[in-house]
Amino acid sequence: MRRPQHASPPGYFGQIRILLAKEITVEFRSRETAIPMAVFAAAALIAFQFSFDLRGGTLNLVAPGVLWVAIIFASLLALGRSFARESERGSLDGLLASPIDPGALYLAKAAANVILLVALEAVIIPLAAILFNLQLFQPALLLALLLGNIGIASVGTILAAISARARAREALLPIMLLPLLVPVIIGAVRATALAIDGGPWDDIQPWLAILAAYDLVFLTVSSLLFYVTVEK
Amino acid sequence: MTAERSSSSPPQPVVRCAGLEKSYGRRPAIRNLNLTIDVGERIALFGENGAGKSTLLQLISGLLRPSGGGIRVFGGQPWGGEGARARAQIGALSHQSHLYEELSARENLALYGKLYGVADPHARADALISEFGLAGRRVDPVRTLSRGMTQRVSLMRALIHQPALLLLDEPETGLDATSRERLAQHITEEEAGVTVILATHNIEMGVSLTTRDIVLRNGEIAYDSASLGEQAADADRRRDEVTRRLASQAR
Repeated sequence: MRRPQHASPPGYFGQIRILLAKEITVEFRSRETAIPMAVFAAAALIAFQFSFDLRGGTLNLVAPGVLWVAIIFASLLALGRSFARESERGSLDGLLASPIDPGALYLAKAAANVILLVALEAVIIPLAAILFNLQLFQPALLLALLLGNIGIASVGTILAAISARARAREALLPIMLLPLLVPVIIGAVRATALAIDGGPWDDIQPWLAILAAYDLVFLTVSSLLFYVTVEK
Repeated sequence: MTAERSSSSPPQPVVRCAGLEKSYGRRPAIRNLNLTIDVGERIALFGENGAGKSTLLQLISGLLRPSGGGIRVFGGQPWGGEGARARAQIGALSHQSHLYEELSARENLALYGKLYGVADPHARADALISEFGLAGRRVDPVRTLSRGMTQRVSLMRALIHQPALLLLDEPETGLDATSRERLAQHITEEEAGVTVILATHNIEMGVSLTTRDIVLRNGEIAYDSASLGEQAADADRRRDEVTRRLASQAR
């Protein structure tokens, strides 16, 4: 073998880009997560539609909660698989033994989970609009969805990494995640309800700000602490 | 136990362990291990199951963080964000393939090539795939490859960035005779400067491919041919000595 050319490894954002491309390719090939997520969320929306009497004034009160419950529970499928798959196959060790920054790995995984959630919502928002006869394609609501997705992915990704090596990871992840998601649930549901009601931007904005602050804090702290969660 | 190498070592060894400790819970896997490995050394690591061979390789590769003592690889700590510079120079083959089953051999190699900063990762992947006789299967998903083929791809993954330190944990597993030959060529025909640590149960192979023998027992160095000044000993003597040391452990 010839002596290298010790080229320098890519920078932080280059690592994120390479790892994110890998995440998308692997998911696209396996369809292990996206399809079960979409089917689960659609089934949940349909079940809610038949379970509650969603007419008149109750519709606007209940629909945002129903929508976010479907998204959050579907997200557990994606989050649960994101590190379990790597752990089972040993590919996580391959990445951690490479010259990447563990924080870049976290951010790539979180970005992949956000993309999965956006893809999920591309399916279930039109379905919810039809089922609940609501105008859901509004900028404020779409922004709430995006910020909510980032919130779910930011905290969910690091908890998925923590639970991936546990024996009872399927139970552990929701037990750890759902309490930590309470601020996201509150902010996202309130922002969604106001957007559906056609509320003024000034009323919606504080809830979006809470979501944005939550996202920023968890993304920053998690990317810095990620190595601690995966080190052995 | 101490196995420090003395004499005319280069100023910065490739690996330096000082009082290295690693425990899994209360169970110690590596105990007070002192070891210095210089540039270009080829080391065979022997020991019974659970002796600490894989743990030591994982500590050197940065996958494990020590419980105590110190380890420096290329002068720095190998784990975490700060260890990236050291890890960039390490190629590791472990018991797990570290491959993505949905990706082809070429895609897996190109992925790791990019992460290690290889200038033209696809060209390097193609060259390795041809060398290891997998050109006909290079675009097939790894999940469709046989055990031996997957092991070959894992080996290529470890070699993709032409590492300065090669860590091989039982690399012969699943390899056919031709692939074992290619592996041997890679280990023995390296240009000067490449350091190899080979953990194996195959004494014949270990002795023939390396120049220094280390036997681990219960996480400690039970024998180091370098410390006894036997580095230049002939293969038969080395084989006999390693066999004797391993047999004394079994008793």
